[in-house]
Amino acid sequence: MTALSITILTGFLIAILAPFLTRLMKHRAAFVLALYPLAVVIQLLALQPDTLTAPSIQFPWVPSMGLWMTFTLDGLGFLIAMLIAGIGTLVILYGGEYLRDDPYLERFFLWVIIFMASMLGVVTSGNALVLFVFWELTSISSFFLIGYKFEYESARAAAWQALLVTGAGGLAMLAGFVLLGQITGSFEINQWMQNSNLVQESALAPAAFILILLGAMTKSAQFPFHFWLPNAMEAPTPVSAYLHSATMVKAGVYLLARLFPVLGGLALWNQVVPWVGLLTLVGGALLALGQTDLKKLLAYTTVSSLGGMVFLLGLGTPLAVKSAMLFLLTHALYKGTLFLVAGGVDHSAGSRDIRKLGKLAKLMPFTALAAGLAALSMAGIPPLIGFISKEYVYESTYYYSNLPFILTGLAVLANVANVAVAGWVGIRPFWQQPEQKDEDLHPHKESLWLWIPPLVLAITGLFMGVFSQGTAQTWVAAATSAVLQEMSKVKLSLWHGITPMLLLSVLTLMIGVVVYLASRTLIPRLAAFWNKLSSVGPNIFYSRSMRAFLSVAGWQTKILQSGYLRYYIITILVTTVTLAVVTLATRYDSLPNPQWTQPRFYDVIFIVIIIVSAILVTRAESRLATITLLGAIGFSIAILFLLYSAPDLAMVQFAVETLTVVLFVLVIYQLPKYTKSNYPIHANVLHIIVSAAGGIMMVVLMLLTSAVPSNSTLAPYFMESSLPLAKGHNVVNVILVDFRGLDTLGEITVLMIAAIGVFALLGLKKGSKRGGNG
Amino acid sequence: MLFLMAIAAGVLFAAGIFMILRRSMVKVLVGILLLGYAANLLLFNAAPLIRGAPPLIDPVIGVPTVYADPVPQALILTAIVISFGVTAFAVVLIRRAYAVTGTGDLDNMHCTDIPCESEEILSDLEDEIL
Repeated sequence: MTALSITILTGFLIAILAPFLTRLMKHRAAFVLALYPLAVVIQLLALQPDTLTAPSIQFPWVPSMGLWMTFTLDGLGFLIAMLIAGIGTLVILYGGEYLRDDPYLERFFLWVIIFMASMLGVVTSGNALVLFVFWELTSISSFFLIGYKFEYESARAAAWQALLVTGAGGLAMLAGFVLLGQITGSFEINQWMQNSNLVQESALAPAAFILILLGAMTKSAQFPFHFWLPNAMEAPTPVSAYLHSATMVKAGVYLLARLFPVLGGLALWNQVVPWVGLLTLVGGALLALGQTDLKKLLAYTTVSSLGGMVFLLGLGTPLAVKSAMLFLLTHALYKGTLFLVAGGVDHSAGSRDIRKLGKLAKLMPFTALAAGLAALSMAGIPPLIGFISKEYVYESTYYYSNLPFILTGLAVLANVANVAVAGWVGIRPFWQQPEQKDEDLHPHKESLWLWIPPLVLAITGLFMGVFSQGTAQTWVAAATSAVLQEMSKVKLSLWHGITPMLLLSVLTLMIGVVVYLASRTLIPRLAAFWNKLSSVGPNIFYSRSMRAFLSVAGWQTKILQSGYLRYYIITILVTTVTLAVVTLATRYDSLPNPQWTQPRFYDVIFIVIIIVSAILVTRAESRLATITLLGAIGFSIAILFLLYSAPDLAMVQFAVETLTVVLFVLVIYQLPKYTKSNYPIHANVLHIIVSAAGGIMMVVLMLLTSAVPSNSTLAPYFMESSLPLAKGHNVVNVILVDFRGLDTLGEITVLMIAAIGVFALLGLKKGSKRGGNG
Repeated sequence: MLFLMAIAAGVLFAAGIFMILRRSMVKVLVGILLLGYAANLLLFNAAPLIRGAPPLIDPVIGVPTVYADPVPQALILTAIVISFGVTAFAVVLIRRAYAVTGTGDLDNMHCTDIPCESEEILSDLEDEIL
């Protein structure tokens, strides 16, 4: 397990190196980069999934907070990791060819490998927070891959949509995790499973469940969050095949399966999850029947299939869980193939419209073979594994205690759509005449690396069907055992004898063929129907809420970020004064009393000068008067310093004050004249109130601080050490140049920078309005 | 005396705040200067006010028994010098800005066009805040 984790995490390093490798080797980098998922596949094969007892390893993350990066692998993780790495190998090889001359190929490799590593991270995380981090990483890499053709507005919009929907779901999921963490006191998923009774008794459990379900629903495109997935078809086809069909969208299903032992016992689980899944299953299937674009057809059936898996997990019977796991494997195999086929067709023929495609089998024999096998699997025809999977689904609904007939009927309906779409995508473009002639299409021959990957996947599907007692059975059994937390036997076979399920299969196939043949009349009608309905659909809701969100953001930005200095200052002051007042008011009883000391005559004179000058400054209309008044204030303060035992301060203040006055007098006639204040009266009143409040607050705070007896240990220390340590009699000087010498160095630096700034500004040539070369 | 000092500092704070809320750049600078004075007084008041006992070490007696706290004094000394640096820089900056833009009015300077056409937004905001 340690070796596997390290291999998986190396992916992030490889991803960073991928662009450089791509610059060196062009599209041939794919052959090197594919070694990464291949290495994972090999390491996985070396582990026996049925004997996996979830060995886990931990890296310290934030040990002081009890956070560990735990990695673990059980049958469920094994099954999905196998799909990620296996299909990933093929997709990298395929993508290298598909985007061969694309200038951004390096980005494709970068993000696909980041995605791969993150997704493997999701399914091997043993800690919920680690899982969350990887989960969000898959959303982010999906964002960049959907927006791969960023020149197109539609691609950018789809990327944003996918990111916002799955990102929001991810945050909901995190909140759910935090609640579970509160209940059980741990973020280790293992601990959650062991404490599942605690979870089921907790009042917080329903909230946690709903939040986590939201995460799963957005990621796995469940109704009403399904709309982002068809839009995500803007991504290059290898990405759609990989992320948006075979792996990433299964993360939600994975999450539900993973937490089934924790949350499956809640009453809500059975009341909510099956219905969400069922609605998506049927809705996706019906939406698919209105499409003519190869990728959209596949996308909507993917939505439907994801719904199917969620539905089965929602039923929660051992049989249903088995079928869910089998369906997950089967679906990845045939849907991945069909997406890759669709990409190949698009690449050769230049169109994805099923009405314009036809008779491609001669040009693309191997693609046609792969497509045919996958279509048979999707339609559920023996001896492909899709057949076994479908039988299992029917068995799960047929033997479910509540509403078996309705559930089975709806499952048949969804499968009828699957049969028809399988035909439209996998059979029709290759063997039938095109419905519409398009003279602009000039299909060319298939390329080697565009048919090998889909054919490998398709043959895997065939192999797993024919030899269903082998690998497939072991893997599904291991995954089921992990979900149910008990050893489960799974027996896969093509022939069960004449059962109700077999009859249902035949019925599905017959209706499916009819629908397949009726495409010319059916598709336009359904498309028109869905078009009408789309004005109330969630996609519209999404764009409306985005617009509302932006206008709220704009409104509050206009209020908070006005761009006027005075509003910022007023905001800061009002906030500070309010906080101070609240604090003082709540602690009124414990406030210290300042002591009244008798002032002397001289003190009063200078204080009065300061106060009067300060008030006059605010009323002064001439610049010269202002400077004079400022001088009066500065010199008075200097004298106060002198009177109260600070001769050094007084000297510095005198010097600086003189310099300031000189400076002002020198430049005064180059400074702008005072503009007559043309604030409206209410603004002036506001300013006076704010200023007065600020001044009063400072008075109060000063009196309160000085009333606290000062027992500084610094002063005695400096007084005693000044002579022995620094050989200085003037303690203030010693502090500045010796004890805090570095601070003074900083101060000198500031002055230097100010001097350089002054020099630069003065040196600017007159008229060089755009900065100049000062 | 403490009360008087505090009131003087408070008045300086109030005047400083009032001035930095003005539209004239020079007045804003004056406001910053006033705030600097006020802050110095605030620091000075942080230690007990003591007359005629500067923190000096007598060559004969050594450390005196009563002395003013040297720490706030060191802080204020730094503050005075820094605020002079700031003032010098600000004066030159204002002079330069005035030479380039031909205006000393901040409201004419928050956009790249001269004169700035944003009087409407301003009055809207003023209405919204009050």
